[in-house]
Amino acid sequence: MKTKKRQTPYLFLLPGIIFLSVWLIYPMLKTLQISFYDWNFIDASKNVFIGIQNYARTFHDEIFLLSVRNTLLYSVVTVSGQLLLGFATAIIIDQIRFGKIFFRTVYYLPVVTSWVVCSLLFKFLFNSSAAGLINYVLVDILHVVENAVPWLNEPQTAFLALFILGIWKGVGWTMVIFLAALQSIPVELYDAAQMDGANAWQIVTHITIPILAPTIILVTIMLTIGAFQTYIPINLITNGGPVHRTEVILSYMYDQAFTNHNFGYASALSFVMIVIVFIISQFQLKFSDIKSK
Amino acid sequence: MHNTTSFRRNNLLKKILLYLALLVGTFFTITPFLYMLATSFKKDIFIFEFPPKFIPQDPTIQNYLTAITTRQFGNYFFNSVLVTLATTMSVVIISSMMAFVFARFRFRSKRVLTNLIRILMMLPSMTIIIPQFILASKLNLLNSLSGVILVYIAQNLPLNIFLLTGFLEQIPDEIEEAARIDGASNWDIYLKIILPLSTPALATTAIFSALGAWDEYVWAMTILNISEKRTLPVGIASFHGQFATDWGLVFAASIIAITPIILLYIFLQKYFVKGITAGSIKG
Repeated sequence: MKTKKRQTPYLFLLPGIIFLSVWLIYPMLKTLQISFYDWNFIDASKNVFIGIQNYARTFHDEIFLLSVRNTLLYSVVTVSGQLLLGFATAIIIDQIRFGKIFFRTVYYLPVVTSWVVCSLLFKFLFNSSAAGLINYVLVDILHVVENAVPWLNEPQTAFLALFILGIWKGVGWTMVIFLAALQSIPVELYDAAQMDGANAWQIVTHITIPILAPTIILVTIMLTIGAFQTYIPINLITNGGPVHRTEVILSYMYDQAFTNHNFGYASALSFVMIVIVFIISQFQLKFSDIKSK
Repeated sequence: MHNTTSFRRNNLLKKILLYLALLVGTFFTITPFLYMLATSFKKDIFIFEFPPKFIPQDPTIQNYLTAITTRQFGNYFFNSVLVTLATTMSVVIISSMMAFVFARFRFRSKRVLTNLIRILMMLPSMTIIIPQFILASKLNLLNSLSGVILVYIAQNLPLNIFLLTGFLEQIPDEIEEAARIDGASNWDIYLKIILPLSTPALATTAIFSALGAWDEYVWAMTILNISEKRTLPVGIASFHGQFATDWGLVFAASIIAITPIILLYIFLQKYFVKGITAGSIKG
C-alpha cells in the first residue's frame, strides 16, 4: 500500500485533540478525582480527600435509590413504548404507496422539536385545571374520569405524563431507523410467503422480526442509553417533585451539584452514570459487530 | 372468479385500515402542535378558557409582539444564531480535518485515538458538567457565549469525526494518488479533493451540530445567568416561571424558535434521514 509512505499531517489532528482533551477528557478524569473528595468550589484549599465515602453514601441515600428506581421505570416504559409504536408505524408506512414521505415527516416532527419546547407544551397540556386540554378530553368529552386530574401534583400521574411525552417524542426516531432497515428485506421473501398462504401476522413474526433482530437490539440499547440520561422534561415539568418523588439520576445529580453545592457527591453520582452507560454500550458494540459481519 | 374479488376486497379493506391507523397516529402527533399554535394567538384571559378552543376567539398577535419587542427575545434569538453558526462551522472544519487523517493515513497512535473517540461518543454530556463548570469559571467564561460555544464544539466532535471517517474511507484512492503525483500537498488534497467530494456527509454533520447547538439547554442554563446572554431555549424556559406562567408568550416564543428547524427539516429531509440511519444519532 502506498498509503504507508505518506507523511501523516499530525497538525490536522491538533485542533480536535485540544478540544477533546480540554473539554471532554480532562473533565471526565476530573469527575473521577472530585468524586473522592469533599469538594469546596469556592476555596480549593479546603478540599478533603474522603476516599470512597461519596460512593458509600449512595447506598444509604433513599432519594438516590428512588431516583435509580424512577430512572429504570422511565426507561422500561418509554423504551418499550417507542419500540412497539415505532416498529408498528414503520411496518405500516412500508406497506403503503401514497403519502410515505408525508407520514414520515409528520411522525418525525416531535424529534426535531427541542426538549425544552416539548416539555413546556406537555406541562401545559397536562394542566391540573378542568380547562387543561387532557383533562377536558377525559372529563367532558370521553367521560372516563369524573373530576379534573391534578396530573403533576401526584408522582404516579406525573410519571404518566412524563412517559407519554417520552414516547410521543421518540416514536419518529425509532420509526425512521426501522423503515431504513425494512428496505433491506427483499420483496421476493414477502411474495413467497404470501404465495404459501401466510397471513400478515405470520409474515411479521416469521420474516420481519427475525431479519430485523439485530436492528431491534441495537435500537433498544440506544433508546435505553437515551432514557437513562433523561433530565430536561423532569427539570421543567416536575422539577423532581412533589418532594423528590419524580427525581431521576441526573436531576438528583444536578440538584446536588448546583443547588446544594455537593460537588464531590454529585461527581460520584455522575461517575456511576458514566459506568452504567459504558456497560450498556458494550452490548451495543458487540451487536454492531455482529450486524456488520 | 370469486376468489380474486374477495382477495381484492380484502386488499382494499387492508389499505383502508392501514391509512386509518396512520391518520390516528398523525392526529396524536399533530394535535399538541396545533394547540400550541392556537394558544400562541390567544389573549391572556382566554388561555385557560373553558372549554379549550383550537380556534382562538378574538385572536391576537400580541404575544408575538411582546416576545419580539420586550423581554429581550431579540437578544436570545441573536445569541442562538451566533452560537449555532460558530459551533456548526467549527465542528465541520475540525471534525473533517481529523477524519481526513483517520481515513487516509496510517500512523502509530491511530488505534488508541480511534478507541478514545469511541469512548467519548458514549460519554453522557451531563456527567462531566461539574469540571466543565469549574474550568469555565477559572477561564472567566461564565456568562459568555464563548464558554457555551467551546463546549458545544467539543460535545459534537466525537460522533462527527466517527461519521466522517467512515465516509472519507470510501473515497477511491486513485483520485488522491493522481493529485499527489502532480505534486499536491496534504492541504491541497484536503481542500480541493476531500472536502468537495464529501459535501453530502459534511451537510449531515452541519445539520446535526446546528440542531444540537440551537436546542441545547442544560449547559447554556448552567453557565448563563445574566438575561442578555441567554440563548433561546434558556430564554423560553425563563418565560416559564415557578408560579405564574404567561403561556401565550411561552408558545409564541416557542413557535418562533422551532419554525427554522422545522423548515430546515422539511427541505433537507434526505440529510436528516441519512444522518439518523448512518450514525443512529439520537435527537
